[in-house]
Amino acid sequence: MSQTEVLKKVTIHFAGDSGDGIQLAGSQFTLTTALQGNDLSTFPDFPAEIRAPIGTVAGVSGFQIHFGSVEIDTPGAEPDVLVAMNAAAFSKNFKNLRKGGTIIADESGFDKKNLRLAKMDESINPLDQINHNDYKVYRVDITGLNRTAVADLPLGNKEKDQSRNLFVLGLVYWLYNRNLEPTLNFLSEKFNAKPETLEANIRALKAGFHYGETIEASTRYTIEKAKLKPGEYRNIVGNEALGLGLVAAAQKSGLELFYAGYPITPASDILHFLARQKNFGVKTFQAEDEIAAVTAAIGAAFGGSLAITATSGPGMALKGEALGLAMMLELPMVIVNVQRGGPSTGLPTKTEQADLLQALYGRNGEAPIPVIAASSPSDCFFAAMEACKIAIERMTPVILLSDGYLANGAEPWKFPKAADLPQIKPLFADDEEYQPYARNENLTRKWAIPGMAGKEHRMGGLEKEDITGNVSYSPENHEKMVKIREEKVQKIANGYQPLELIQGEKTGKVLVVGWGSTLGSNKVAVRWAREEGLSVSQLHLRHLLPFDSNLGEILSQFETIIVPELNNGQLEKILKQEFKGNIHGLNKIQGLPFRAKEILEEIKKYA
Amino acid sequence: MSMNGTLTAKDLATDQDIRWCPGCGDYSILKQMQTVLPELGIERENLVFISGIGCSSRFPYYMNSYGMHSIHGRAPSVASGLKAANPNLSVWVVTGDGDALSIGGNQLIHLLRRNFDINILLFNNEIYGLTKGQYSPTSQIGKYTKSSPLGSIDHPFNPSALALGADATFVARSMDRDPIHMREILRQAHQHKGTSFVEIYQNCNVFNDGAFEKFTDKKQKDSTTIKLEAGQPITFEGGQKGLRLNGLKPEVVELTEGQSLNDLWIHDPKDPTKAHLLSRMFGDESPRPFGVLYQEERFTYEDAMQNQLEKAKSTQGEPDLDKLIRGKNSWVVE
Repeated sequence: MSQTEVLKKVTIHFAGDSGDGIQLAGSQFTLTTALQGNDLSTFPDFPAEIRAPIGTVAGVSGFQIHFGSVEIDTPGAEPDVLVAMNAAAFSKNFKNLRKGGTIIADESGFDKKNLRLAKMDESINPLDQINHNDYKVYRVDITGLNRTAVADLPLGNKEKDQSRNLFVLGLVYWLYNRNLEPTLNFLSEKFNAKPETLEANIRALKAGFHYGETIEASTRYTIEKAKLKPGEYRNIVGNEALGLGLVAAAQKSGLELFYAGYPITPASDILHFLARQKNFGVKTFQAEDEIAAVTAAIGAAFGGSLAITATSGPGMALKGEALGLAMMLELPMVIVNVQRGGPSTGLPTKTEQADLLQALYGRNGEAPIPVIAASSPSDCFFAAMEACKIAIERMTPVILLSDGYLANGAEPWKFPKAADLPQIKPLFADDEEYQPYARNENLTRKWAIPGMAGKEHRMGGLEKEDITGNVSYSPENHEKMVKIREEKVQKIANGYQPLELIQGEKTGKVLVVGWGSTLGSNKVAVRWAREEGLSVSQLHLRHLLPFDSNLGEILSQFETIIVPELNNGQLEKILKQEFKGNIHGLNKIQGLPFRAKEILEEIKKYA
Repeated sequence: MSMNGTLTAKDLATDQDIRWCPGCGDYSILKQMQTVLPELGIERENLVFISGIGCSSRFPYYMNSYGMHSIHGRAPSVASGLKAANPNLSVWVVTGDGDALSIGGNQLIHLLRRNFDINILLFNNEIYGLTKGQYSPTSQIGKYTKSSPLGSIDHPFNPSALALGADATFVARSMDRDPIHMREILRQAHQHKGTSFVEIYQNCNVFNDGAFEKFTDKKQKDSTTIKLEAGQPITFEGGQKGLRLNGLKPEVVELTEGQSLNDLWIHDPKDPTKAHLLSRMFGDESPRPFGVLYQEERFTYEDAMQNQLEKAKSTQGEPDLDKLIRGKNSWVVE
């Protein structure tokens, strides 16, 4: 009989070959765990290649989930459990495993061939070398047991082995007292048309679960439900939240959603999601290149749609000229950059925040475009809605920054009711005598779209005369227009909600200022520091251009400002330029999110 | 507007000074457009001209309709997005040989294959005009320009063949000096449901004067040009000569020497193979065909897009934002 131990939180890292179905196992564990009421945060980490060389360290795909009955803000640092499907997965991740942690290893993934591929000593099985006083080790012949479980099914060995991920998932489900139902439902839907494959996967999942019961003297764990705020929840990943936010913005503005994109990691899932929402009237356009995607969006914006394009860094570089046009035309549209490791092709599947300066300055001429950033997977929804609201109500392109970590990461989300979401009010031209570049008190021009009689006008990338929009080469007019466009963007800040601290007092020794996906790690680090009695507060910026008007006031109340960023100091650079104070960057440029510990150490230097 | 409320050519002119060089072929194209449009029954508010960059791309500023002077080479994409957003608009792309065939080559071919109902007017003057005289992707080999002092070594594009290669559904050629022909081609381009590719030979009298003189010069044009008419035998030189197909090889025959019109190649714009042969009549050795080389009926992108939206509504049901946000798996925390 096994005994049951109650844990507050656990971090599990699933690792295997990129063809082993690790991401599926991880996302199923996430869904099940969310439905069981735990708080959680995930971090999928996979190679850029679809099937990287089998058995190699470069080909290891990982999925980390941190879940618990307490508040969870990061995917965790040192895993408590490592699931290693082969030697390479073990070699890459064992060093991170917490001392006292658990290893679940597929014995068949540690033969000579696998050891060789993982560039390990063929004569020594590393599983034999583990000190059993330091780690709990489950050596399971997952491949063999799984083949036995599905032996009589009319499938080849390759297909049979493809369900190994479900076997190991079943075992982990047993260990952590997870319910099989959500995954059984998922499988039934996914393999609806392939009864044998469905049967193999169901058997594998159950065989893994039952295998748990046969493990000698084992301990099972339970994690109580998290004390989340009452309400209805779902599990959400960032790219889906972002897509949902765009659909919601279209519904709330009464505009049709037009989305143009060129496939690029890690933004493509937004296109996939929106392509399935055609009953909402969503028009998706897979363009021939990044430039066509953004310019088709400009055409749709001219035509009166809520026009969106999404990409990642290299695509953003290609879109630069068109962004200048969109800014010059003053048409509403949102350009999403799901940032990845750069420069150039960089690290396509890894996360980074190094496109902030590109978003702010990456165009010829004086071309200010508002920039806002999402801070968590579920926040991608609200950030997308806000980007659309600013674009439509202020008649401007808006750049929305997400990143690979947010795009693929998951968390429980107490989602809003559609009726409670803010309305978005397009400024359609209603004047008798339409002047395309006449402006209201926010310096916003009105939107006349083809089809509106009596408001025909021409617009373009040439400098335009104030009010009429006719081509103008007048020196004075050009300077005036540049200033107007700058002031127009600055005025957007008058519509922001007041900026408030995430935690801590309004004055003190240290303020941790983040933007984008560092919210969770900053939150944990500041919480730990405060638990130790340190004088530290946390601020997080959504608005990168224009800044919130009270930002300077907030910063001035602290002796030291720490700016953790997954880049070489981009927000830090701007803050130093705009504000006084002791501003210090904390930079990590490894394609990986921060660990809270890394930020805590920095805080301790100053607090 | 005229007394009965219909558009006149004058209504389509704007108050902006036209900035093309005096004598430029663009004036004629603008005039034919403004002349033919009132006959087409398009409301002015539904008329949109989209251009890229170059001399020709100033066109929208001179048409009193909706218009956008966009960025270099991307007019086809802007127009595609606009047409997708509002399929009821009459969308015209105005572009040049540099804009469409050099920097915007990708955008052009993808518009052609997708077959949005958009009309492309490619003003081909075989030169870069606005940047003051460099060779373009349609300049002839050996062309002396500022950037090719020893003569161009770039093999030129054959625009009709390129359009056919990209599976365009309407491919035509006209020229600035033949207003009647141009108006007829513009009319047919408008009537074609799908992307219409109209190449217009346009004289740049400043940087490439006389590039098409052999097709416009009164003394030569009878022997150098063919006016294609659907269902009619292909003749030229005032009906003295004709084309006959020997297998897949076009041959010039003298009608005065007893050849019958019945033996000639009867122009069939629906025939892709023959359209290809016409497009290859591109050298000095053969007369150049003008008119509609090819036309086929194929579904338009915007119709197919609209069909999918309607189908989705019938299978997925009316949009329900709460249901979409909730997703498939939700739970309640008490």
